[in-house]
Amino acid sequence: MAFDDAYSALTDHDDDARWAYGTGFSDPLASVPSSVPADVDGADLSLYCLMLGDDALILSHRLQEWVTRAPELEDELALANIALDLLGQARLLLSRAGVASGASSLAAVEDVLAFGRDAAEFRNVRLAERSDADFACLVGRLLVMVTWRLAAFDRLASSRDPMLAAIAAKGVKELTYHRDYAAQWVVRLGDGTALSHSRMAAAMAELLPLTGELFATHPVEARLAVAGVAVEPVSLRAEFDGVMAQVLEAATLDPVLPGPPVAASGEGAGRDGVHGPELDEILREMQSVARAVPGGVW
Amino acid sequence: MTRHEWPLFEVFVRAKRGLNHVHVGSLRAADHEMALHHARDLYTRRNEGVSIWVVRSDQVAASDPAEKPSFFEPSADKVYRHPTHYTIPSTVPHI
Repeated sequence: MAFDDAYSALTDHDDDARWAYGTGFSDPLASVPSSVPADVDGADLSLYCLMLGDDALILSHRLQEWVTRAPELEDELALANIALDLLGQARLLLSRAGVASGASSLAAVEDVLAFGRDAAEFRNVRLAERSDADFACLVGRLLVMVTWRLAAFDRLASSRDPMLAAIAAKGVKELTYHRDYAAQWVVRLGDGTALSHSRMAAAMAELLPLTGELFATHPVEARLAVAGVAVEPVSLRAEFDGVMAQVLEAATLDPVLPGPPVAASGEGAGRDGVHGPELDEILREMQSVARAVPGGVW
Repeated sequence: MTRHEWPLFEVFVRAKRGLNHVHVGSLRAADHEMALHHARDLYTRRNEGVSIWVVRSDQVAASDPAEKPSFFEPSADKVYRHPTHYTIPSTVPHI
């Protein structure tokens, strides 16, 4: 009889009694094939994974800088969680970049890419490396970055590269929370006191004109989009604008349209390895230990 | 400038294998919405939970420590209220 044991319907059947500490950890990528589809250019795929991976790696580092400096303990942990999620995405994407480029030793490829490259080899957008003058700049920049990234990952979940698709599908859930967190703070500060409103407004007025680079299509993105592997950034514009308009309206902030693509404005794009002094500053700190003690293990 | 502290909230998490929400700690937040975010970030990082409740600490009615003798001690000698005084059928688990 099905109801011999009423409790069995409520509990899972396994021997794991450590429920109080959390259980059911799993690796969603364990069963994903790692080979690159035959008709996909490995060098292009590698570069594309570097772009997405470097965005996450550098933004994660900027978030980590707020640890011990956040305005409240609870938000410090929230920012650390988000930084850790992004670092996880960066690791998977850098590993994928290594596989796609045919790296010989895969074990340490993510470390070599993260700690062994100079600024000119990083492919992140310049918005990722920007330092934050205050908490309003931080949550505003986070909102811009993860809104774009969530829109991209949503589409990449059906990429023809199975590993990229799996990484994106996993990241969508993380990014949904990141966007929620950032949006909540932008609304809270924008629709808060006169002081918080003016600082949030100043942050968004400074940030939004810099978002053009996010929608400039790199030749690698264009080629891979045709192959069904990548997403053309320009196709993310409508979703990005819609989300930003909604958040800015709720925050009682003026909508500011994204500026022109950076490539068009002649400054040079992060996707081509053109960066400001801020990235040098990040790399000096981020790579210092790995460069001082190559291959060190603790 | 005076610094106003956010109010305190109590956090209750229901684990995947838990049947009820269990008190796990407290945190500070500006309102309920933020308290839920913070609870998620502070208390479910290790895959502990499937549901969270938060309640403002000043909304919790607590028993008075001074009433401890009259509240709790009368049950101390009623050992017959424990189910160990009865024979449990072997098909009943979790007791």
